[in-house]
Amino acid sequence: MATDTLSNHEDHAHEHDHHDTAGTKIFGFWIYLMSDLVIFGSLFATYAVLLGGTAGGPSGADIFALDLILVSTFLLLVSSFTYGMAVLAMNADQVDKVKKWLVITFLLGAGFIGIEVYEFQHLIHEGFGPDRSAFLSAFFTLVGTHGLHVTFGLIWIAVMLIQLQQKGLTDMTRPRIMCLSLFWHFLDIIWICVFSFVYLMGVL
Amino acid sequence: MFGKLTLDAVPLGEPIIMVTVAAIVLGGLGIVGAITYFKKWGYLWREWITSVDHKKLGIMYFLVALVMLLRGFADAIMMRSQLAMASAGAEGFLPPSHYDQIFTAHGVIMIFFVAMPMVIGLMNLVVPLQIGARDVAFPFMNNLSFWLFAGGVILVNVSLFVGEFAKTGWLAYAPLSGKEYSPGVGVDYWIWALQISGIGTTLTGINFFVTILKMRTKGMTLFRMPIFTWTSLCTNALIIASFPILTATIALLTLDRYLGFHFFTTDFGGNMMMYVNLIWAWGHPEVYILILPAFGVFSEVISTFARKRLFGYGTMVWATVAITFLSFIVWLHHFFTMGAGANVNAFFGIATMIIAIPTGVKIFNWLFTMYRGSLEFTSPVLWTLGFIITFTLGGMTGVMLAVPAANFVLHNSLFVIAHFHNVIIGGVVFGMLAGLTFWFPKAFGFTLDEKWGKRSFWCWVIGFYVAFMPLYVLSFFGAVRRMQSYENGDWQPLMIVAWVGALIIAAGIACTVIQFIVSIRDRKKNADVTGDPWDGRTLEWSTSSPAPFYNFAHEPEVNDLDDFWDRKQRNNGKSPLSTPPYQDIHMPKDTWEGPVLGLLATVFGFALVWHIWWLAIVGGIGTFAVFMARVFREDVDYYVPAAEVERIEREHQQRVEMQA
Repeated sequence: MATDTLSNHEDHAHEHDHHDTAGTKIFGFWIYLMSDLVIFGSLFATYAVLLGGTAGGPSGADIFALDLILVSTFLLLVSSFTYGMAVLAMNADQVDKVKKWLVITFLLGAGFIGIEVYEFQHLIHEGFGPDRSAFLSAFFTLVGTHGLHVTFGLIWIAVMLIQLQQKGLTDMTRPRIMCLSLFWHFLDIIWICVFSFVYLMGVL
Repeated sequence: MFGKLTLDAVPLGEPIIMVTVAAIVLGGLGIVGAITYFKKWGYLWREWITSVDHKKLGIMYFLVALVMLLRGFADAIMMRSQLAMASAGAEGFLPPSHYDQIFTAHGVIMIFFVAMPMVIGLMNLVVPLQIGARDVAFPFMNNLSFWLFAGGVILVNVSLFVGEFAKTGWLAYAPLSGKEYSPGVGVDYWIWALQISGIGTTLTGINFFVTILKMRTKGMTLFRMPIFTWTSLCTNALIIASFPILTATIALLTLDRYLGFHFFTTDFGGNMMMYVNLIWAWGHPEVYILILPAFGVFSEVISTFARKRLFGYGTMVWATVAITFLSFIVWLHHFFTMGAGANVNAFFGIATMIIAIPTGVKIFNWLFTMYRGSLEFTSPVLWTLGFIITFTLGGMTGVMLAVPAANFVLHNSLFVIAHFHNVIIGGVVFGMLAGLTFWFPKAFGFTLDEKWGKRSFWCWVIGFYVAFMPLYVLSFFGAVRRMQSYENGDWQPLMIVAWVGALIIAAGIACTVIQFIVSIRDRKKNADVTGDPWDGRTLEWSTSSPAPFYNFAHEPEVNDLDDFWDRKQRNNGKSPLSTPPYQDIHMPKDTWEGPVLGLLATVFGFALVWHIWWLAIVGGIGTFAVFMARVFREDVDYYVPAAEVERIEREHQQRVEMQA
């Protein structure tokens, strides 16, 4: 669907090669996401194997603050919705609305990261840092890798806001907003797996 | 200021290393001096370093691979010499700490910096031409991939004279590679060299996967793609699915070493077998990443020189796809001795043996392609024949290793060494050298000297058997891998035979070097004017040699497999030339960002190896800044005017007419 939406706007003045460049970019980005998924898969597998390696330290049930995580989960889920609104605005060629929705998405994502930083800092302060046990190493790495991705997503949103300001909706910015959309929703899906597999299963 | 880096890091007391370093430095100064003297820096920067032309990148990959082959082989000959000497209590000339670095460096260099760049270089050179494309899907990323790879090469070579390299074996098994047992910088060099070049490889995988699926010319359906393109497609699928595992695994080891995490440590709940599982979940697909394109080369070579369409094209494709899939469910056969239990071992043993079936299909396809063909015994064909015999043998010893019960005896013995050299030399090296000879004229416009090519082949094939058959025998007497010396004097005669084999291989490498010199000398005589020196079957032979930077003046259209061959038959056996009117051609612009990003990543890696934190921050911020410069750059492409295309095509046509 993403590709179809975009190809409507594909009108290169002189397209001699019969390849749809924006479509190629978005397809390439899909493939990149699949490779990224393999990284997350490796980290999930490692987490599963090291789940019992608490070395006398705390297990998930001892340290996870589910209510806080629920708040951050909703921040991220809502940010996916607001990003979707940005894409709809782009398809309607309303550049100001795109920017508005991107700013809201940015704030929600930043809120999510803020909570994660607080959680990590709190755990380390309690003496439950990643060097305490293999379980905590795997936990911090899996959740932290997701957080790092979201942080890159935030930087990317900021870059897109600058480029929208400078250039508006062009053949250059449109595919990027689509790719960032894929990236953002992808991170949402990963987070749902993290939330279910790490937090819910850890506590229940 | 310089972290852990002090002058003591330079191994002044090691004469072997210092002589090597002196040779490298003098050689490097000579090259730099020559480039400066002939005022070629600008040319080098404009035409090569910043180039996004896939053909030039392919050539650069191959050049680096051949240089690194010399380094990797120097390690090999030192190991064989050591083992020929260090018998029955003798110590030989390499102390254990040096010997351990050498076998690690040999494996790392040969796989990551020789075999991989040969495979990727060949894909770069050939795949876009075979599918009738003017470039890859993401030309800038292609340049960046090369320079990230080059960064890895630089780090491995720097480790030779600043500090040390890992002493852990090429896969740096934990916990040996952990901070506790490897406190030096060797493993850190290993980490950053592989991490940086591995990311480049992942980008290449994505790039070529998309190129093959999205950039094929008119009429080229998936089942009209040449076999080399098919094997490349599968290889890239494997890269995309497996290299991220390597990236993740190395990242976890990095966290263990740098920040005191406990993934693979012996205490605090760590699990070192997780490391072995992860690294082989990447490592086994990796061997198919290397061999599948070699299979593709042999298929192209054999059908071209037998003057026949490849026997069983469809089965060849499906066999390739089957191997691609199976390669992901066999990784545990590298450590049957882990103790996973009989059922798990049986599953992986059987899955491994099943791979022999699609591989057997391929062998028969090649044999039947030759059958009743008019086979011409050129050097690529010799490499192919040598491969069919040698690889079949290596495959059979692989099936033997796949029997878990036998594996408990053979694990870590020289049998394993003999087996994988049997398939890697007999498969990947022979394949890449065949591919080099086959496609060299497409890259440079003249063919390689056949006489020296055949000499190289005979030295390699004889040298291989003399060097590695004794290792099979020795393994039955209990000889293990990675030993610096041995007590049993009875092993020495066979060790000396193996050493002689290595010398014969050295002669083979020398023949290849002489082949280049002789071929460049005789380039006028061996010029490939038509662009189709072998009476080829696929699209890369339909354009001139060397191919113009835009590859094809008109986008070719294909209606069948081997369409170019059919077109020639309709045109009195001659390659049809392009005809006016020509059109403007859309092409990507060169990039300064690629090489600069590669350099900054290398600085970043070096700084982290030595814990020079400020430099790591500079490298990291620099990388980000340059990447942003790229992100904000808009003039990334241009149009080649039709008149320019016409001029280039005219020149080619005049050359063809003059020859006729």
